[in-house]
Amino acid sequence: MEIVALMKQVPDTETQIKVNAEGTWIVEDEIKWIMNPYCEFGVEEALRTKEKFGGTVTVVCIGPARAVEAIRTALAMGADKAVQVDDPAIWGASDSLGTARILAKVLEEIPFDVIFAGKQAIDDDMAQTGPALAELLGIPQLTFVNGLEWVDEKTIRVNRQVEGGTQVVECKLPALITCQKGLNEPRYASLPGIMKAKRKPLDTKTLSDLGLDPSEVGKAGQKTEILRVELPPPRQAGKIIEGETPEEKAAELARLLREEAKVI
Amino acid sequence: MDFEIPQDLRIMQSTIRKFVEQDVEPLWQQIEEEEEVPEGIVEKMRQLGLFGMAIPEAYGGLGLSTLGECLVYEEMGRVNTAVRTRFSTNNGIGSLAIVFDGTERQKCIYLPEIASGRKIISFALTEPEAGSDAASIRTRAVRRGDRFILNGRKIFITNGSIADLVTVIALTDPERRARGGITAFLVERGTRGFSVGKEERKMGLRGSPTTELIFEDCEIPVENVIGGEAMIGRGFRSAMKVLDKGRLTLAASAVGSAQKALELARDHAKQRVQFGRPIGRFQLIQGMLAQMATEIYAARQMVYRAAWEKDQGRDVVMESAMAKLFCTEMLCRVADMALQIHGGMGYMKECEVERIYRDARVTRIYEGTSEIQRLIIARELLKG
Repeated sequence: MEIVALMKQVPDTETQIKVNAEGTWIVEDEIKWIMNPYCEFGVEEALRTKEKFGGTVTVVCIGPARAVEAIRTALAMGADKAVQVDDPAIWGASDSLGTARILAKVLEEIPFDVIFAGKQAIDDDMAQTGPALAELLGIPQLTFVNGLEWVDEKTIRVNRQVEGGTQVVECKLPALITCQKGLNEPRYASLPGIMKAKRKPLDTKTLSDLGLDPSEVGKAGQKTEILRVELPPPRQAGKIIEGETPEEKAAELARLLREEAKVI
Repeated sequence: MDFEIPQDLRIMQSTIRKFVEQDVEPLWQQIEEEEEVPEGIVEKMRQLGLFGMAIPEAYGGLGLSTLGECLVYEEMGRVNTAVRTRFSTNNGIGSLAIVFDGTERQKCIYLPEIASGRKIISFALTEPEAGSDAASIRTRAVRRGDRFILNGRKIFITNGSIADLVTVIALTDPERRARGGITAFLVERGTRGFSVGKEERKMGLRGSPTTELIFEDCEIPVENVIGGEAMIGRGFRSAMKVLDKGRLTLAASAVGSAQKALELARDHAKQRVQFGRPIGRFQLIQGMLAQMATEIYAARQMVYRAAWEKDQGRDVVMESAMAKLFCTEMLCRVADMALQIHGGMGYMKECEVERIYRDARVTRIYEGTSEIQRLIIARELLKG
């Protein structure tokens, strides 16, 4: 089976994010970069799929030179090969649609039966690249998947996390799946795997290698534009409810929820 | 001059950090109380490949560089020492005599199982009357035809009770001792006449079994002499080479433990409020934190530098001894300050610095005491 795992490198969740002086982006210098955790579920599911049916796992990542570390990590986990798209024309100037267009172009040259993606990247939290790519490829998309079983080699049955419950969907391949927490527990890249990953093929392409014009995917091709980046306001101190008895406190809490917070 | 850690080693570092944070740290108290490393953790360590770091690739290991090994040990130093010692004898004192001096047959039979962690190997040198003075061992191996008969008692053997194989250093010629009279043997668990004695109760290292090993008319075939017939009488040098290698990885673990102690102390200093403000605002606390961080910084550079030198193929006997000496003593100072910053809480079992403080103390003693390290450094200085 031909399996593709899409992957993005993002700042570590424990990184202290700082906004640059112009307020246009974050300061990237002191950041520790990791594989997007949702993409990690995707890579893991891709590997499990390969273990079940055999085949090839190809990791596709759009990212600058630093992203090679995350790509090698995916190869160390067990992926067979990787394609990276690195082009100065797209850094800081490609929105979800632009990213999906680049991926669609990459996938013209890579055969696929199933594509795994993260449900969203934890940096900009757009959750759009996977769905947009499925549209461009004209294949079904199964988003927010937190459970998956194979009916047969051509049919997949997934649990989608939807508001208030779980939707169970069966789908014929090819399909694109975006992965949610709970789908699996990603394996560690083993030390032998890390050593082997150094020798696995990593193909780095530019936009022109892909036959893409920067006007389609770079700044000129953007449908959205980031106007400003700012940190959330610091959290206000909480309020301690005074009272002699639990009953008294509960009554006061109910009153505040109704009159001040206006939520009940 | 390039201080950048190579990418593959950085990935290893992050992987081990993640494993330590996700799988081991949540269980640190359980390991202390039950005095056992849970099998789930051991299995994950096998899958990670931790048991075969120092074993050459040709025999199923990783053949990892010394810097790579040191980075792994540094990360592992953050948690209970028992977790690290579970696999460290397979990468160090237990297996290295075979790696360095074993026959091709011994390497092929034993190293793959050691590398995978299916078998545990430990190292038996220390005796009641032979600690730092290793050449004064009394365990005797007397040759009878194609066998040796082993008699004696080894103590303080790390992983002694869980070892499937033991590298045993014994006296084959009492006249010659270190100069041709000491031999390294490979003894398998279950060999008649070989038994495990009492398990020691220790100040720290909870969960890492330390036992006595007893040999009573234990028959060992000559083919189990590490390195075969040619190495009979040459085991002392073999043992010293093995200990030499372990110094750097132990120093690296000490750096990791100290780093963890610093982080705990820093977090505590930010949270603990006395006299109306976090204690981290007081200069006496700041002084300790600054001292700790500076010592760790210096120690880490020593380890990385010596490891790098070794990977260039240079002799690092003196540098390893210096790193072992400085890093382990540094750890004890840092652990002491971390505990002091925690105040009364730091003395309590539920506080992780209490564990670090106890685990730290032995690092100045085992694998060559601080005093022996100083002798090695001085010997190198005065050589020639």
